[in-house]
Amino acid sequence: MNKVQSKGSGRPGTFLLGLGRYGGLGIFAFLFVFPFYYVFVLATHRVPFANPPHLFFGPSVAENFDALFRQIPFLQSFGNSLGIAVLATASVIFFCTLGGFAFAKYDFKGKEALLVFVVMTMAIPPFLNIIPFFRMMVAFGWYQTWLPLIVPGMANAFGIFLMKQFLEESIPGELMDAARIDGLNEFQLLPAVVFPLAKPGIAILGTLTFVGSWNNFLGALVMLPDPRNSTLPVSLSSLFVRSDGNYGGLMLGTALSILPLVVIFIFFSKKIIANLAAGAVKG
Amino acid sequence: MTKINLLSDKRLAPYVFISPFFILFLVFGLYPIGFSIYLSLWRWTMRGPVEFMGISNYVNLLTSDPFFWRAITNTLWLLVFGSFTQHFVAIPLAIGLNDKVLKGKEFFKTAFFVPYITSTVSATLIFSQLFDNNFGWINYLVNFFGGENISWFTAEWPAKVMIATLINWRFIGWNTIIYLAGLQSIPDTLYEAAYIDGATKWQTHTRITVPLLMPIIFFGVTMSIIGGMQLFDEPYVLMGGYQTMGGIANTGLTSAYYLMFTGWSATRFGKASAIAWILFFFILLMTMVNRKITKSLDKRSL
Repeated sequence: MNKVQSKGSGRPGTFLLGLGRYGGLGIFAFLFVFPFYYVFVLATHRVPFANPPHLFFGPSVAENFDALFRQIPFLQSFGNSLGIAVLATASVIFFCTLGGFAFAKYDFKGKEALLVFVVMTMAIPPFLNIIPFFRMMVAFGWYQTWLPLIVPGMANAFGIFLMKQFLEESIPGELMDAARIDGLNEFQLLPAVVFPLAKPGIAILGTLTFVGSWNNFLGALVMLPDPRNSTLPVSLSSLFVRSDGNYGGLMLGTALSILPLVVIFIFFSKKIIANLAAGAVKG
Repeated sequence: MTKINLLSDKRLAPYVFISPFFILFLVFGLYPIGFSIYLSLWRWTMRGPVEFMGISNYVNLLTSDPFFWRAITNTLWLLVFGSFTQHFVAIPLAIGLNDKVLKGKEFFKTAFFVPYITSTVSATLIFSQLFDNNFGWINYLVNFFGGENISWFTAEWPAKVMIATLINWRFIGWNTIIYLAGLQSIPDTLYEAAYIDGATKWQTHTRITVPLLMPIIFFGVTMSIIGGMQLFDEPYVLMGGYQTMGGIANTGLTSAYYLMFTGWSATRFGKASAIAWILFFFILLMTMVNRKITKSLDKRSL
């Protein structure tokens, strides 16, 4: 397509077309990014209400911190969110790399059928089992603990499929054979060969898992419903629902809850975008 | 002779590696799903089973529950104006981005992708301020262009438009990135041939780009259906939780919202499970219709 476009420069109106293209893309980029800028602006004002609405940073960060800590147990919520996200990410990386490795690098009986089964489970909507799942967690004594938000998703279909796609190309069979000749058994291959070579794939899976866990609202609402001891999305949304309009603290909390993702995204955005898109096109 | 054990056997090791998935799926996936069929046949409260209902939960929902149908129509409305509209914006945006000489492409891609990684709750809280009845930017602009303040939270249709806007905002960029990847797999030669034949830009896109994108459009629309039919976070937070049941005239009550209300606020687990299965059936049906439509469009254009 690019060739046609650059050849097309001979046509009348191409310059205007180019201008329109940048204009259009620019407007949408602005619409997508402005709300982020806005929440950081609001985080620095005691009262978000102004006419015209705020556009620049204000002086009230310290005040908003006071308000936020008074209104919700922010550090506890942040800690819960972080703890759950870190443990979920670590366990997903381990179990999905294992599963993906098996599907990518071994031949075994029933492999194709099992893989199809794994992929098909991705189509099951989570709402279907949420009620019995909730009752089960109560029966297990896992209700109001971190476990329901970590354990069931540890070896998930999406992660296994992603790692399978990735490991197929990144681990040479000869390397595995060489390691075997050196006397390593199948499990010793994991730390020696698989995990080191899987690092780029792990980075993507890890980021997606962390972001997904950090943002998970429904799961936390069901399993950790008490806003005094829950994750950030639950305690922030409860603050919004019962708030009297003093949104300064709430906006600061929202801004702080986005911050870790912004940091991660700056590091990984290019890789994630490329891989997700490629996966969708292939799939 | 070496001793064969679990650790060193090449034939057994892969089964060990994939076993965690199957164990977890059995315990936390398959068992609860099966149990939810059973639950849906009972009147079942916090204290346990009360009365066997047969298919009455389903029949009552489908024939005499006004909230249920309200929730379904709300969900479908939001699906059309919140989810399907994304694709009409995302495809042109992807075409605009698909140009190797375009400057700042990485910047645009990142900017478009950022809303997707934000949590629904953060995005919703930000939008609640943008749409504030008295002091938000949206009403400021409405005033600026001579309009009256719109009550985004307390009027039926504005509230729906606000929710739909939020969904569009979150997922247009994601869809754009997916379509862009699809566009990049279309061979240049097709466009060159069209150019030589004197096709206009519009013809090139309607005759080549869109038909060749059909598989990806199917993928994207399917994801929209699955996500849209389960829409919960946005209306729940914007409209104020279980107590309000979707705000004025239940305008934000989606089927997933109603399911959660029925399960957690009213603690009627059997009825909530029946809602879940009806919802699942709707998703299945719509995905099949989507497949049919995509296929027939595909044939017509090629």
